[in-house]
Amino acid sequence: MENITSHPILEIPERKKITFSFDGRKLSGYEGMVISSALFLNKIKVFGHHVKDSSPQGIFCANGQCSQCNVIANGIPVKACMTPLIEDMIIKSCNGLPELPVEDKPISVGDSEVMNLEVLVIGAGPAGLSAAKILGESKLNVLLVDDKDRFGGKLVLQTHKFFGSQEDVYAGKRGIDIAEILGQSVLSLQNVQVWLNSVCLAVFSDGYVGILKNNKKYVLVKPKYLLVATGAREKMLVFPGNTLPGVYGAGAFQTLVNRDLIRAAEKTFIVGGGNVGLIAGYHAIQAGIEVVGLIEAMPQCGGYKVHEDKLRRLGVPIFTNHTIISANGDNQVESITIAQIDEKFKAISGTEKTFICDTILIAVGLNPVNEFYQKAMEYGLKVWVAGDAQEIAEASAAIFTGKIEALKILKEIGIKTEVDLKKLQKYSEIMKAKPPPPVDIDFSHKEEGIFPVFYCNQEIPCNPCTTVCPNEQIETIDDLITQLPYFKDDQECIGCGKCVAVCPGLAVLLKDYRKDKNNPFITFPLELTANKLEKDHKIIVVSNDQELGEFKVYRTRILKEFPKTQLITVKLPSEIAKQAVAIKLVESTYSEPTEIYEKDFTDDDIIVCRCERVSVGEIRKWIRSGVKDFNELKALTKVGMGACGGKTCTPLINRVFQEEGISIDDITPGTKRPLFIEVPMGIFALAREKKEGK
Amino acid sequence: MVEYDVIIIGAGSVGVPTALATARDGLKTLVIDSLPSVAQADNKHAIGGIRSTHSHIGKSLLCQRSIEIFSSWEEKYGDDIWWIQGGYTFLAFSEEDEKLLKDTVKLQKSYGLNIDFVDAEKIKELVPGINDEGLMGGTYSPKDGNASPLLALHSIYRNSKELEAEYRFNEKVTDILTKKDNVIGIKTTKGKYKTKYVINAAGAHAKEIGSTVGLDIPVIPDSHEAGITEPVKNFFSTMIVDIRPCIDEKFGDSKNYYFYQNKEGKILFCLTPNPNILGIDRRETGLFLPQISKRMINLLPRLRNIKIRRIWRGLYPMTPDGNPIVGKVHEVKGYINAVGMCGQGFMLGPGLGELLGRLLIEKTTSQDHEILNSLSHKREFYGEEVLK
Repeated sequence: MENITSHPILEIPERKKITFSFDGRKLSGYEGMVISSALFLNKIKVFGHHVKDSSPQGIFCANGQCSQCNVIANGIPVKACMTPLIEDMIIKSCNGLPELPVEDKPISVGDSEVMNLEVLVIGAGPAGLSAAKILGESKLNVLLVDDKDRFGGKLVLQTHKFFGSQEDVYAGKRGIDIAEILGQSVLSLQNVQVWLNSVCLAVFSDGYVGILKNNKKYVLVKPKYLLVATGAREKMLVFPGNTLPGVYGAGAFQTLVNRDLIRAAEKTFIVGGGNVGLIAGYHAIQAGIEVVGLIEAMPQCGGYKVHEDKLRRLGVPIFTNHTIISANGDNQVESITIAQIDEKFKAISGTEKTFICDTILIAVGLNPVNEFYQKAMEYGLKVWVAGDAQEIAEASAAIFTGKIEALKILKEIGIKTEVDLKKLQKYSEIMKAKPPPPVDIDFSHKEEGIFPVFYCNQEIPCNPCTTVCPNEQIETIDDLITQLPYFKDDQECIGCGKCVAVCPGLAVLLKDYRKDKNNPFITFPLELTANKLEKDHKIIVVSNDQELGEFKVYRTRILKEFPKTQLITVKLPSEIAKQAVAIKLVESTYSEPTEIYEKDFTDDDIIVCRCERVSVGEIRKWIRSGVKDFNELKALTKVGMGACGGKTCTPLINRVFQEEGISIDDITPGTKRPLFIEVPMGIFALAREKKEGK
Repeated sequence: MVEYDVIIIGAGSVGVPTALATARDGLKTLVIDSLPSVAQADNKHAIGGIRSTHSHIGKSLLCQRSIEIFSSWEEKYGDDIWWIQGGYTFLAFSEEDEKLLKDTVKLQKSYGLNIDFVDAEKIKELVPGINDEGLMGGTYSPKDGNASPLLALHSIYRNSKELEAEYRFNEKVTDILTKKDNVIGIKTTKGKYKTKYVINAAGAHAKEIGSTVGLDIPVIPDSHEAGITEPVKNFFSTMIVDIRPCIDEKFGDSKNYYFYQNKEGKILFCLTPNPNILGIDRRETGLFLPQISKRMINLLPRLRNIKIRRIWRGLYPMTPDGNPIVGKVHEVKGYINAVGMCGQGFMLGPGLGELLGRLLIEKTTSQDHEILNSLSHKREFYGEEVLK
């Protein structure tokens, strides 16, 4: 683990090096970085041990919602993932219960601020930003709050280019850049107030929404209209070792790598072949982290084919029809065991394989963060919901639903706009649609002239290649955004390379047979290094399933509009040129499975509630004794009553119920209560700080 | 149709321990509750304080027995209910409160209760870090304590089922059936059941149940908000009650508040608003945290660094004088009140349950009669319990 000093996509800012200590060891980190990342930087993954069973604790959500990364910083128990590192900070691991610092001098207390406003938008991701823009342009008094330190929600972790259309959702631009564009458009509106680092804590029955402004001041906001755009949270899985430090959600991993610029692993293994898992894999490789493999329970990856292709071409083994058996290791992840599954999703004995890895990313889907919406509905507030909080879909869909819900609020108020709501709703549905399976198409082509080839065989809503072509020579079939692109060829291609550079799937190549039919020039996109490849630099050309050989770079171009995508032109023999789909910089190394796995696990080894350390075995025991009310399970086992409030374990426990033959309709759901995250009592009383640097 | 000896309405703080007692007494017992499982109304909203140091003799006697039951529970039944005998401390910050507390102590001592008025130094020992500005001392009753309402009730529930008490959930009692002013059964949303005795242990909904037999039971719920923190190393063990009234122009005035640190290291706290908020609204409000945080940090500054985890709101089924209404009524034979616990159902429940058991099998003692007289629905509801 180390600092990322060079990245093909991300700019590396200057960071000030400072010193701190952890359990007496003198270490260094960077100012402003959260404590957890500073510890990772120093290869420290275990931050403490749980009071109940002394199990090792470390980063899990990287999002302030659980408390598994608790440490003692300058005497105060804090969440490492939320607390910025400061010079000479004394950090201690949290083993068992923390001691409350003995600070007994009376302090002054005060009244929290209360404010009324027209519209409160919770969440400044793609949905919240798009909504705030429309609401702000209609001259409403809007407050937009977000718990992160920058605009964009999860967009800021997305280094890849987005799908969709350029006109509506900035397709072809990277998530990080879309965040910036949307953010700036909102910032330019004077009647939209923006509070970053401001987490929403609760929606109350008296119409107040509690917000922790700038991570330090509690404010009760009373909006006339509320829009919830709080995004999604990652689903977890139950398997032995699922709480070992080193097992976490793909989003948490992206936070460490793409936000905090930490090479947070050396060898990572990904569970789940949806877009989140596939993209996280590519991000890992971009950050110089080896992806040992990826498993998917279904016969095919659920994510976009182009994302899957990107990984396969870089030599990442993708095991479909496989599941995780266990994460292995004493104090942190040392290996993963996987196995093939039958059509009933049961592991097939004898197919187990164990791979050495230090990190396991769980990317098995998302759940809406909808508790504020539900509370607001229950309490009769005027509330709308957009983005993933409404329905899990791509960020491009969230941009649409943000706009749509904003328009609904305007309608409720009685403000007329010229935006065509129906059209937006239609596009939104297109964006939300699950991609169909890839189609079989013939990629063979003529061997003369110059033209783009689209290795794009899945009907996903995406068309930036059609809008970027200066001669309008690229179209989708029937001009539909979900259809596949083709080259019209009624006017000569000028070889500008824009279609190659813009494609989010890196699926467009330019083939030029004009000079030498037997040795055409093939132009590939490359997003794997920050260094511009020089002429004669050796690269490896690959087909979809194998390496085709080492060749030399003939020319490298970087277009002004696409500064992070290198267009690498290579002269290839025509046989190779026909099969070539991508290039990579180094040969793939394949990790062979080891034979170190032989442990038998029981239900009692599998933790379902991470906060309170409750095992599947314990839950099953109570379910078998007749418990069907989630609240009764809570009372008995404390499940869901820990720091995170059941955010992670609730769906897992519902699955245990189902395994026991109890239908979800027969279960009484658990009561959800504020607060969304734990907050020091002093915050609610405006307790005056004693001195700087608490 | 099966005939029960007794049907208890309400599977909460009072109903469940009563079922344990009646089942143990060999009575065929059925408990009915409209909610999906045991203790899902206001038992789970209680923070878990248990004291026998009341200024009402009847309550004191009942709670003394409850403390015996709670404190020996784990030994007897094997379930840890997080009982801690940490005591109760009421603080005095004015001469007026000092006098009030000293008078109460005198009365309570006359009941034989273990309670003293102790000086500020002793309070500082009991509550490390307390802001002693103006502190005159306080009461300390070491025999009192706390336990988990959730764990305790469920354990009592399971043990009552072992003794063949039956439970029906998701079933609402719609009528108590009588014949010539004698209880003969009950009617629910799902059917009818025969019984000789009905015990109204319906908590906040006691009045509604009473009205089915034409009784006007003066129980009106009011709501209190409460919360819990993250766990930290235990540093005090007594329940702390700050009885000073508080003026808060921005977020609302309040009467007392109280808190303790439970066996897990979490601090549980609860506030009494001023004026009382009548009704059955159990939804959290935005005002509570700013109100109580100021008060708690003022009193115990080190609490500013403890993280609040969760808040909720629950109901106190109040009576005009702050004392429960318990016992038979002469209007309807076979009907028994166990209502109006005024927020103390959890601590009263086990002791009260046993008394009700004795009442049904006609084995009441002279002390039971004394208690029942003091809690009769026919009493004059004047005055108010001094320390609620």
